[in-house]
Amino acid sequence: MIPKGKSSAKLKVQILAGGISHERDISLKSGRRVADALTDIGATVVIREPDSKLLANIKKDAPDVIWPCLHGASGEDGALRDILALSGVPFVGATGDSARLAWDKSIAKILVAKEGIQTPASVTLPKETFRELDADGVLKAITTSISLPVVVKPAKSGSAQGVTIVRDSAELSRAMIDAYVYCDVAIIEKFVDGTELAISVIDLGAGPTALPAVEIEPLKGNFGYDERYIAGETNYYVPARLDAVVLERAAYVAIKAHEVLGLRHLSRVDLIVDAQGTAWFLEANVQPGLTDTSLMPQSILASGNSLSSAYYSIVEAALRTKGL
Amino acid sequence: MPNEQQHVTNLDSWLDSYAARAETLAVSEVRALFSVVSRPEVVSLAGGMPYVAALPQDLLAKAYNDMMKEKGLLAIQYGGGQGDLKLREQILELMALEGIHASVEDLVITTGSQHGLDMLAGLFLDEGDVVLAEGPSYVGAIGIFRHYEAHIEHVYTDHDGMSPEALQQSIDKMKAQGKKIKFLYLVPNFANPSGVTLSADRRPAILEICKREHILIIEDNPYGLLYFDKPVPDALRSMDEDGIVYLGSFSKILAPGFRVGYVLAPPAIRDKMVLAQESALLCPSSFTQMMISEYLANADWQGQIDTFRGVYKERKDAALSAMQEYLPNLETTRPDGGFYLWVTLPEGIDSKAMLPLAVKELVAYTPGTAFYGDGTGQRYLRVCYSYPTPENIKVGIKRLANVINLQTDLMETFSNTGR
Repeated sequence: MIPKGKSSAKLKVQILAGGISHERDISLKSGRRVADALTDIGATVVIREPDSKLLANIKKDAPDVIWPCLHGASGEDGALRDILALSGVPFVGATGDSARLAWDKSIAKILVAKEGIQTPASVTLPKETFRELDADGVLKAITTSISLPVVVKPAKSGSAQGVTIVRDSAELSRAMIDAYVYCDVAIIEKFVDGTELAISVIDLGAGPTALPAVEIEPLKGNFGYDERYIAGETNYYVPARLDAVVLERAAYVAIKAHEVLGLRHLSRVDLIVDAQGTAWFLEANVQPGLTDTSLMPQSILASGNSLSSAYYSIVEAALRTKGL
Repeated sequence: MPNEQQHVTNLDSWLDSYAARAETLAVSEVRALFSVVSRPEVVSLAGGMPYVAALPQDLLAKAYNDMMKEKGLLAIQYGGGQGDLKLREQILELMALEGIHASVEDLVITTGSQHGLDMLAGLFLDEGDVVLAEGPSYVGAIGIFRHYEAHIEHVYTDHDGMSPEALQQSIDKMKAQGKKIKFLYLVPNFANPSGVTLSADRRPAILEICKREHILIIEDNPYGLLYFDKPVPDALRSMDEDGIVYLGSFSKILAPGFRVGYVLAPPAIRDKMVLAQESALLCPSSFTQMMISEYLANADWQGQIDTFRGVYKERKDAALSAMQEYLPNLETTRPDGGFYLWVTLPEGIDSKAMLPLAVKELVAYTPGTAFYGDGTGQRYLRVCYSYPTPENIKVGIKRLANVINLQTDLMETFSNTGR
């Protein structure tokens, strides 16, 4: 259960939304939704772009808390969070260092695997590797070691942008190119067939808690960009239609990943549960999407909380980290 | 198995209630990427926005004040479904500049010419009907035709515009397939996206073919008055009254925020358009029509169009010069007016797939696929030079060159794989 936010507190919250990233549009939508929810519960909210006026706006708005509702590099790679830390104003979500670890999927996989959590076999390669070595030979070595199907994805990206499931080796080079247009480093990961889950984690100071798992059933195959952001393209089951023991293990994986990566206040961990019930860690999201089709709001509502109350609790938790 | 507390949702309670054509209205990832163009760091060569800063605001302020003083109550009242009579009379003068002589009775004012096109599509298109269009063609028209579930048949177009021979071949092909052709959609002057103009020689040939085949022509002409050095050939509508519906707009010669366009149609079509407009909107905005009418009556609107021509010519020159400097090996059109260059990329480069890289490098363009209804156009992109300053155009094309080089390098890296 998420502790109820105290609406009488009337905190001043500055939401950062937009930014320069491939997910700018999603960020703007998330930011507006969070602003609406916080306004409903009595907070004073202002939405700002993270631009050249960032520090001036922080000074001008004098917020109690900043919520960087930014997706993609402009908010999740850690840089902006370091600047927010310098400003001295408490902010929602991971610190710069933790964000850096989670934002790079290849690093996150290594750290989570060290805790005994399963993550699909993968190879992480910068594009220079293919240029300097024999690209065909490298691809063949990869498909020999990690048999098809594989998932090719940018090491640092979100919203499934640049992600391809490759079932035929002839499609692999195109998939690599499509990943490299988003990021200079790509991950080729063994595809795990199973039930796709998103588990949101709330962490308000007394330890992380997993919210009900959302099971994702895209109606046309993959859970790509369109399936994420066009209502009606995907069925969501909350909680997931899985055995309680399996769900418990999946929740453990999500909480462990949140802890290992040092995340704060909120996160979302994406997993696949295979036919044997094994939960495979795929990635952790520092600032989960909070749009009207996003996964975390569904989990919050399924947990019996209102979005307003949950978001306000998150803001209050951030306020308690002031000076930390 | 689902338990009692389990909730299943597709996040749209009305998914089963939509009309089938709602399927044609999808948000795209490319559209989402364009969100970054509002950031000042990004040079946008993407959207076809007029440079409205070249329009002195005091001209509009005066028109507004005079209009409110003289016709304030009328301006905020409902108007007629066909549009304001005085404005229609003034539009006749405007169209005369392109050789069109018509009756004020046959003009219908619309909420931008886009709305006129949508009404025409609604009047003429059933599912599966064929629309013939240039290849490439205007993205906004393609969206409308798709929404009415038409088949868009692109006709080969070169530096002189649509090829009459290719038009005949496309007609024959559609007829052989038993398909019903409803109209030919053309942007004959400084076309969006190609920038090319239908040559004077080809105009009568296109008309003759359509007349013989009993195919209506929709002539969409938002850019015709924005020539750089010499006027375009007279409008197709100046050569034929019954076989052509002519669309005009104030968006490019004044400002798009007014949302005022117009349609000149044969009487029977005009009647249906007025009824369609009354059904959908009751009437176009009295307020913006009267504003424009006042502006046309008392401001030097022809001088203002000259100003726009100068601005766009300077930007076109900047764009072509930057193309020559940074991308000398790429083929581009060299427009004599309007807003656009149409660029052919090196073999194998897909402009849509490359767009995320461009966003990363802080430049935006429109991928060629947007301008084809059949999924082709990957090898092309549209550069719009109307809005950025000449300095920014140079910066943008320099960045674009870097993007193309990076993508070419990436393609070459993987060119010998998968054998």
